[in-house]
This record gives sequence, C-alpha cells and structure tokens, in this order.
Amino acid sequence: MPIPTPFHSRTSTLCTSMKWKDWAGFHAVCSYRTHHEPEYFAFRHAAGLIDVSPLFKYEVYGPGAAAFLSELTVKDIKKLKIGRVTYLCWCDDDGKVVDDGTIARLAKTHFRMTAAEPSLSWFDRSRRQHDVTIEDSTARFGALALQGPNSREILSQVTDTDIASLKFFAIRQASLDGADVWISRTGYTGDLGYEIWIERDEALRVYDALTDAGRDYGLLPAGLDALDVARLEAGFIMNGVDYFSAHHCLTEERKSSPFELGLGWTVKLDRDPFVGHTALRREKKAGAKRLLVGLDIDWGELESVFAGYGLPPELSTEAWRDGRPVYDGSDRWIGQATSGAWSPTLKKNLALAQIEASFAKPGSTVRIELTAEYRRHRVTARVLEPPFYNPARKRA
Amino acid sequence: MSAARAGRYDAVIIGGGHNGLVCAAYLARAGRRVLVLERRHVLGGASVTEELCPGFQFSVCSYVVSLFRPSIIRDLDLARHGMEIIPLETAFTPQLEGPGLCRWADGARTRREISRFSPHDAEIYPEFSLTMTKMGQLVRHIIDGPAPDPTSFRPRELARLLELGNLFRKAGPDAIHMNMKLLTMSAVDFLDMWFESDTLKAPMSVSGIIGTFLGVRSPGTAYVLLHHYMGEIDGAFRSWGYSKGGTGGLSLACARAAESLGAEIRTEAPVARVLLENGRATGVVLENGDEIQAAKVISSCDPRLTFLGLVGRDNLDGEFVGSIERYKLRGSSGKVNLAVDRLPRFRGREGTEFLRGDIAIAPSIDYLERAYDQAKYGEFSSRPYINVVIPSIMDPSVAPPGQHIISMFVQYAPYDIKEGAENWPSKREAFGDAVVATLAEYCPGLEESILYRQVLTPWDLEQEFGLSEGNIFQGELSLEQLLFQRPAAGWSRYKTPVKDLWMCGSGTHPGGGIMGASGQLAAAAILAVGE
Ligand SMILES: Cc1cc2nc3c(=O)[nH]c(=O)nc-3n(C[C@H](O)[C@H](O)[C@H](O)COP(=O)(O)OP(=O)(O)OC[C@H]3O[C@@H](n4cnc5c(N)ncnc54)[C@H](O)[C@@H]3O)c2cc1C
Repeated sequence: MPIPTPFHSRTSTLCTSMKWKDWAGFHAVCSYRTHHEPEYFAFRHAAGLIDVSPLFKYEVYGPGAAAFLSELTVKDIKKLKIGRVTYLCWCDDDGKVVDDGTIARLAKTHFRMTAAEPSLSWFDRSRRQHDVTIEDSTARFGALALQGPNSREILSQVTDTDIASLKFFAIRQASLDGADVWISRTGYTGDLGYEIWIERDEALRVYDALTDAGRDYGLLPAGLDALDVARLEAGFIMNGVDYFSAHHCLTEERKSSPFELGLGWTVKLDRDPFVGHTALRREKKAGAKRLLVGLDIDWGELESVFAGYGLPPELSTEAWRDGRPVYDGSDRWIGQATSGAWSPTLKKNLALAQIEASFAKPGSTVRIELTAEYRRHRVTARVLEPPFYNPARKRA
Repeated sequence: MSAARAGRYDAVIIGGGHNGLVCAAYLARAGRRVLVLERRHVLGGASVTEELCPGFQFSVCSYVVSLFRPSIIRDLDLARHGMEIIPLETAFTPQLEGPGLCRWADGARTRREISRFSPHDAEIYPEFSLTMTKMGQLVRHIIDGPAPDPTSFRPRELARLLELGNLFRKAGPDAIHMNMKLLTMSAVDFLDMWFESDTLKAPMSVSGIIGTFLGVRSPGTAYVLLHHYMGEIDGAFRSWGYSKGGTGGLSLACARAAESLGAEIRTEAPVARVLLENGRATGVVLENGDEIQAAKVISSCDPRLTFLGLVGRDNLDGEFVGSIERYKLRGSSGKVNLAVDRLPRFRGREGTEFLRGDIAIAPSIDYLERAYDQAKYGEFSSRPYINVVIPSIMDPSVAPPGQHIISMFVQYAPYDIKEGAENWPSKREAFGDAVVATLAEYCPGLEESILYRQVLTPWDLEQEFGLSEGNIFQGELSLEQLLFQRPAAGWSRYKTPVKDLWMCGSGTHPGGGIMGASGQLAAAAILAVGE
C-alpha cells in the first residue's frame, strides 16, 4: 500500500479529481482536476508545481565519494564542480543500463544522487575499496519541481538567494521562507524550471510559500499526467517505460545500452575503468544495433484512417505507454515505439521508439501500428531527433 | 520565378491581416516573389496584439481562436514559428441572482450544473453536442475547399457537389432534415427543439448572431451555431483557445513563416489604389505616391474597400458594382478592453476556476432580444450581450503579475446609429460606460479595478482597421452571403472581374473568423492558374 509524501496534506486537499497512482510506493497525483490539460498548459505558459518526493535519493559522503561515483556511473564525477548537477546513467558489467538519474555535488565530499528505482544495494555492492558512506535519503527529503516560464519569478519572491544567477544544472543552498532548502535549476519538463529539496519537517511551509507566491503568476499544482506529456515533448526517457533496468530483465534482448537509449553523450570512455567500461568500449566501436529515436506520426494518414470509418481522428490527450510495433516499408518488424503523446504545443503526434539503427537517421520514414475502430492499421512516421520541444528558456 | 520586368513582384498583397500573411506564405513557398503591404504599424489586421498601456498585451479585436485550419499549421510549420494555442476550459453565464451556470470540460460537472435549471436539458445536452458535431463534420468539408459552384457543368464541379451530396446522403435522412432546419430556423427556434431552460439557451443562441445584424429569433441564425461545433484547435475537436501573446501572436507566426519562405512584408505602407492598365491590375500605388509593379494584385481587404475604394467604381461593370453595394456589412459589434489591477469577483460564485474560459453576459433570451430591439432603431444596447474573456489567467505573459486583461466583445453596437455613423466618436465613452456598467452589475467593484480602458465602436473598427461599416467578418456571415455567393454570385473563387486582381480576405469563402482558409484557398487558386 502506498504511503503519503510529506506534502500529502496539501496535495490531497487540492486533488479534487481523486486521481492518484502509486509512484515508487507513494501516493502521487495523476491530475488535480478531471482533466490534466490545464496543468500541462501551466508548465508551458505559467508554472506548475509537482510533488516529486517519490524519486529515490541517496547521499554519498566521504573522501572516496567522487572516485566511487566515477566508477559506478558512465561519467567522470571527479570533474563535477561543487554546485553543479549532471544527468547520467549507470550500467551493469555488460554495459546495460541499470537506471538513469542525476548527481549533484553539494560539497567536496558530499554528493546527492537521484534514481528511479531503489538502488542502495547496487551502490553498496559496487562500493568495493572506496571510502564512502551511502545514505538512502528518500524519506528524509520532500522534493518539489517548480516548472514553467514563470518559475523563476515565483521562486525569486520567496528565497533569499539570487535565483536569476542559478545557471542551468546548478544547485545551491538557500533559505525559502526561512526554511533551509537546496534549489537546483533542473527538471523533467524541458522548460525553465527548478527542483527544490527540503527536509520533510519544513515541507509544508515551503509548499505554502510557493503556492502563495505563485498566485499572481498562474501557478497550478500539477500531476503526473501533465508531466508525462511534457517529458515526452522534451524527449526524456523513462525507466520502466522506454527501457527496462538490466536488473529486471529476464532476457538479454530486453536490456538496453546507453548508446541504444540515446545516452551515448553521457558515456565518457577515456578514463579509469568503470562498471561496464569494457563492454561499452566494444559497443562504441561496433556501433549500436538499435537506436532511440523520435517519431512524428503522419497526421494526414492518421486522419484518413479514421475518415475511413466516418470518424474524426480520435486521439487521447493523455500520453500513452503501451508499446506499439514499428515496421519498415515492407512490413518487417524493426522495433517498438514505447511511449507517445499528442503534443498540444507542437501540434504533432509524437512517440519515442527504439528501432534498428539503419532506420534511425532523422528524416527517414517507418511505419507504426495504430488502432482505429478496434482494427489495426499502419501509418507512416518520420524519424526526428529528440528533444521535440526545446525552447531557449529551458537553458536560460 | 524571375519577374518579367526588373523589380516587379509576382504578387503584391494588400493588407497584412492573417489571411494576407497566410496567402503570402503559400505563394512564397511555391517560389513566387511576394510583397505584403500593411497600412498600420503592426501586422495582424483584426487578429492583432498591441501594448496599449505598459505591460498589457491586448488582443485588440479578435480574442479567441477556433477555426484556424490545422492543415495550415502543418504546411507552414506555425508551431515552429511561435504559434501556441491554450484551450479555454469553461463557459460561464452569470445571473444577477444566484451562482449562474458554468459549463465545464468535465461532462458530469456540466450535467450537474444544468440540472439545477433543468434535469431534462442536462441529459439532452451531450446528445445535442453529438448531433451538432455530426453536422459540423459535414460542413467542415465546405470550409476546407473552395465553394462548390452549382451553376457549373464542369466535371470537377459536379464531382465536388456530388461528393458533398454523398456525404449528406451517407449521414442519412436525419442529417439532411437537420441541415434544412439549420439553414432556415432561428437560433432560438432551433434550440427550443431540444431545450427548455432559458438560462442554458440564451448563451448558446448567441453564437448564431455574432457579427450579424440579426437577433437570436431571426430566421437563418441557427446555421451559424454550427460554427461553434466545428472548432478544432489541434485537429483534435475541441473548440476555443487563446493564442499565446494575444491573437496577434498567431498573425506574427504566419508572418515569420512567410518571411522564412522569402516573402517581403512592409508595415505603414497604405495602398491608395490598384494600378490598372487596359482593365488589368498591374500593381498598386501607395499613399505616398510610390508605384509597385506586380504580375498579380491580391487584396485581403473587404469587398467594398477593395472594389469601391481601391479599384474604383468607374473601372467596374455596373452590375457588379451593384452587387458589391448590396453586399451587407452592417457592423453590429464593438469591443471594450480593460486593464485591471485584480480579478473580478462575481456575485454568487467564489473563486476563479470558472473564469478560465469565456463569460457570456446573456442572462435570458428576452435580454438578448431587447438588446437587439434598441439596435434596430439605431441605438447601442444599453444592456448588451457581452462575451468576456480574461486571457491573462491562463497566459500570464500578457499582463503584469497579479493584474489582468478583461476583453469584452459587445453586441449590439450598430454602425448606423441614428445620429449618423460619423458621430460615433461623441458616443464612444457613453458606449464604454454602458458596457462596463453592465458587467459591473455581475461583478461589483469592477470600476474601481480599472487601470486603463479602450473602447472600439464600429466606426473605430472601420477607421482604424479598414473594416467597412465595422463589420468584424468583412461582411455578414448570413446565408445569402456565404459559399458561392461570397462576396458576389459567380465570384466566390478569389478571382475578380478585374484581370489579375484577386481577393484573399475573409470577405471571400469560407468567411470571417481567424481561419486562414481564405488566404490558403486563394493562394491555391492563384497557383493553379500559373503565371
Ligand atoms: C472586434 C472583433 C472581434 C473578433 N473576434 C473574433 C474572435 O474572437 N475569433 C475569431 O475567429 N474571429 C474574430 N473576429 C473576426 C476575425 O478577426 C477576422 O475575421 C479576421 O481577423 C480577418 O482576417 P483577414 O486577414 O481576412 O482580414 P483583416 O484582418 O481585416 O486584414 C485586412 C488588413 O488590410 C489592412 N488594410 C486595409 N486597408 C489597407 C490599405 N489601403 N493598404 C494596406 N493595407 C490595408 C488592414 O489594416 C488589415 O491589416 C473578430 C473581429 C473583430 C473586428
């Protein structure tokens, strides 16, 4: 049975739709009202406030912390500066992705790591000779994501720090309405946004301060349904949806390497050995067989499929995550789309897919399956390189 | 396409409203050398955003988007050029007593709201929407192509008529009957066939009269109701939305698309007249005397301004002049825009959730009819129908934090007031006062919150935006001026009796509203005839 997050007393009052789900063992709001769209539009035009406390969080302390994380993950964390955050993944010995997340360097010997799955045991087992202490801080902290073009102004109202100077992927300690918090210039919406990390006792105070400050800026509490559409536009993959952790796969086929997931850019090979190093070096040389791509599903064809039944195109406004097969021009199976959504901002019907590498060039076309009136159809989709949505303010 | 004479354009477009810009983009995409000339200092025409007072971005005229053609968004990649639409969530009709009626995106909640007035209506409501959506689907085909020509025996025309005929036949006899009713009945009579509650029918009926000089009980107004059910932001069928940054944001996206495809655009370049040589349009003369040569001249202005103003009646055949003179403009609406320092508080309802959409001051059908009565005799309605929106709630970029824009579309404000249209300026503030006082009856304290007020009468719409008689749609959307009769019988295909002069504004099929269809279809027609 899921348990409440530190913000539950607030979110449960606001969530009049009673639409909840279990996120990593916590109660999490899908959408506060019956429809998630206003929350989505708040991300893009005002600001949305999401309770992301269920994210797994780990504190890594000690003189060996940087060396340990460099060995655990695909990046050389020794080079990460204090006050910076980095996004990356970590692999098993075969170079298959275990999870993806962020690492923030809070001090010389103190890092905070986020993960989609419980990871303490894996980190512990990978620790070897390194002089580090690892603490699961998931329950200790509440976390909020404040995302959208007005997020900076809202946050500026309630903190003592100069928010405007907090750069993309920077993190800093601050006082928010008197509470000690960490604020990072990060998020999962592909927009201007911040994440705020708070000791759970101070959680409600911070929540109230943000909600009050947000009143004049169109701030809405936002749930996971809206986030799902936004993250898809931003081209962010999701563990358990767009790939499966190597630790949970019964078959090799199901596992993915960072190169296959479009995370090749996070992998730094020219350095001391790390978990999966040899395999990843080999794969880099040989080239990945599958690749993660974006798909833009042809609207004209979709419209005519539905018109064939006398219907206007029927599209859910929610993102989908029940995989769909992808074929080449001669109906040979070449991979799968793992999640997708109608993008209300780009006016495109988008999906993330893993397909055979030879089809992955932007501009090439594939066929994707869809269902209309209970019958299966295939329509053309054009390959795009994510992110689909990438406004300048995302990095500003 | 190299021009025959140096410096000559393939096409010069008069007017940088959204249709002129869409037309320019399509022509430029086909490789044509295009120049757009806009009279004002800003682009957009009636789809324009202006910072009338510091920090407030007003959608000066049009304020919501619904029928803009999705194919244009895709063809011109308008999302990449900055077009963003935020859907409205509610439709609220306040009453002087009690909480009024709010219709929500949430069907069950809407049913409960309507039930307070009529449990019967509450259940019929979704059925009505379904029927109208079905009809809207049929009519949609008419918007997406040039008007079918019933007098032609050309195989293509016959095929198109047949296609439409087939669509209706496939839809069955019910649909055909329903269509007949829509074509002939008044909005109120049509709604009476379904609903009993006045509180529900009144706000529904007004979509039948917007931009016309008709009342909700006038025959033929039912048809225009359909336009409400054809709305598609997205291609997903939902109705109305705000354009980010005001409706000018959409026009600017069209302009950026046109420019990226090579079109040139000039503002503050009023055209004085169309250049004619041997009965053929060869370019334009600007008010400053500059001559611009072009193989084709395309006017996005309304038919009266185009023919009687820019071409001149002496250059046209008498019969055609007659039909343009008879073309009904009869502006009947105005606009009052407010900047306020707080959100209005409505009597009988707490909070702001019901303000995330449009608000109709239409408490009863008699109220609307009385508003029309005054207009019939040359006065503005002292208690008008008002369509209110507060776009800054969902698009905070248009106003400073905590402050808001209240946009009020007002009907009736007849162009021909009994003092004479040219005397509108002396009545402007009185009209503005009546509008504000009307809304203030529902939201006490409104007056004190006003930081800035703009009042646009039909006279202002004519003088400032070039809309003859202040008609918001460049001509009434009444049945006899639609389809193959828009703007004049036989001239619905963007061509005009003047060789090489074309039209692309909302005075052509399929008519007014921010649709882009006229611009798109005109470009297609022009490209089809070639050089
Ligand atoms: C008050 C008001 C409210 C409305 N509300 C809505 C709404 O909410 N939703 C909706 O869909 N529609 C609405 N409409 C209708 C809609 O705005 C118009 O139908 C549409 O914008 C017309 O576009 P257009 O490009 O065809 O013509 P216009 O926008 O009229 O463009 C014509 C252009 O030509 C220019 N021009 C005129 N004379 C000259 C000259 N001599 N030389 C050069 N340029 C010239 C004008 O300045 C103008 O820019 C509204 C209209 C008004 C007036």
